[in-house]
Amino acid sequence: MYEVIVIGTSWGGLDAVSRLLDGLDDAVRQPIVVVQHRSAESEDGALAHLLSHHTRRSVRDAEDKTELEPYHVYLGPPDYHVLVEDGHIALSTDEPVQYARPSIDVLFESAADEYGERAIGIVLTGANDDGARGLAKIKDCGGVAIVQEPSSSERRAMPDAAIAATVADAILPLEEIPNFLYGVCL
Amino acid sequence: MPGAAEDPELEQLEIELLLEAVYRRYGFDFREYAQASLKRRLWRRAYAEGLTTLTDLQARLLHDPRCMERLLLDLSINVTSMFRDPSFYVAFREKVVPTLHTYPFTRIWCAGCSTGEEVYSLAIMLAEEGLYDRTRIYATDINENVLATARAGVFPLAKMQQYTQNYIRGGGKHDFSRYYVAAYDAAQFSRSLLDNIVFAQHNLAMDRAFNDFNAILCRNVMIYFDKALQNRVHGLFYESLEMFGVLALGHKESLSFSPFAAKYEILDEPERIYRKTA
Repeated sequence: MYEVIVIGTSWGGLDAVSRLLDGLDDAVRQPIVVVQHRSAESEDGALAHLLSHHTRRSVRDAEDKTELEPYHVYLGPPDYHVLVEDGHIALSTDEPVQYARPSIDVLFESAADEYGERAIGIVLTGANDDGARGLAKIKDCGGVAIVQEPSSSERRAMPDAAIAATVADAILPLEEIPNFLYGVCL
Repeated sequence: MPGAAEDPELEQLEIELLLEAVYRRYGFDFREYAQASLKRRLWRRAYAEGLTTLTDLQARLLHDPRCMERLLLDLSINVTSMFRDPSFYVAFREKVVPTLHTYPFTRIWCAGCSTGEEVYSLAIMLAEEGLYDRTRIYATDINENVLATARAGVFPLAKMQQYTQNYIRGGGKHDFSRYYVAAYDAAQFSRSLLDNIVFAQHNLAMDRAFNDFNAILCRNVMIYFDKALQNRVHGLFYESLEMFGVLALGHKESLSFSPFAAKYEILDEPERIYRKTA
C-alpha cells in the first residue's frame, strides 16, 4: 500500500497542480507533498490559499515536524528544502540544489529513502531538470514514477529530463494522472 | 547526491556506527539530529572526500581530525542571509523592542549563530532602536571555525544588494551601506557593531544553561534536530529565559509540539515570537 505522494513542478506548476487536485478522487487518501519552485520572497501561505480553491483537502505550507496526515496537501515553503522522514515533515536551509530551494530532488530522494516501494513520485511541467534524479531514485527503490506527457506540458524540459533519467511507470497528459493515481492507490 | 547505499538497512547501520564513532572519539553528539538532512550532509562529505561508503567516511573521521573539522563545518553551517525574513525584524521592532526599552540592561542569546549574519542584523536593528549600548548579545555555535568567521564580520560584496533590500523591508532606518566598507569583493562590517557581542562555543545538544536572558533567537537551527533533542533544547531555553523573556523561532518552526508550549504566550504568530509567562 502506498503511503505518500510527492509532486514536483516549476514553470506552469500552479495551474498543473490545481488541475491535478481538481480531478483527484476523494478515495485517494495518501498525504501529498508538493514542491513548486518559487522565489524566496514569495508570500507565506499565498500558494496554499490559491490551491485550496481546487480541493477539499487541507492545503498548507509545510512546517517542521508536522505529522503527515491522510487527505492533506503540504507545500514546500519558500526558501526551505522540504523532506519527509519518520512520518513527518523535516525542513532544511541547506544551500539550494541546482539553484532551487525548495528542491524537488531533495524531497523525492527523502521520500525514496523513507518510504521505498511505498512512495509515488510525479514530475509535472517545468523549465529545468530538477526532479529527474529524485524520480529515478524513487523508481530504483521500488516506488512508482509518473511523468506529465511532455508535449502537453506548459514547459517540457522537466518532464523530458525525468523521462530520460528513469523508466517511468506512466507518461500521461495531466487530465489522466488523477485516474491513474486512483487505480494505483486503491 | 545521497543514497549510494544499495541496502537501506545497511546504510542506517553505517550512519549509527559513524555517529557513535564521532561521539566517542571527538565528543560531538549528532545522534539526535534529524535523519534525512543528516544523511544528505554525510553523503555530501563522503563524496567531497572522494569516498563511496559511509564506513569509509567513518574510518577517515577516526584517523584524521582535519576530516572531522570539515564534517563539523558541514554540520554547523546554516545557509542564511542578513535580515532573512524581513517581516521578522519589523515584528521584533514593533512588539519586542518597546519592552526591552523598559529594562536598564538587556541580554540576548543568538543560539546556533553560525557565520553571524543574524547576529549583525540584530546588532544593527538594536543600534537603530537606541538599545544597543545597553545590550549584550551572546552569540554561540557548536563550531569554533564558524564563530571565527562571524567575528571577522566579512561577507561577500555580491550579497549586499540582496541584504540591502532585506534591510529596507525589515524596517531599516538608514542607508545600509553605512554599516560596512567595501573592499574588492568583500564587505567588512563596522567593528563598532562587535562592541557588545560575545562569541562563545556552546553545544545545544550537550551543554547547559550559562546565563539568564531577556530574549533568545534560535531561528532555523532546531529544524536539524529530532523531536527528542528539540524538546531538550526547549527545556534549556525555558530555563535560560527570565520571566517575560522572548523566544524567537524560524517561520516554519512551532512551539506547539513542545511540552513547554503552555509556558509561553504568542506575541506574533506568523513570526513565531513567544513570551515566557509561567
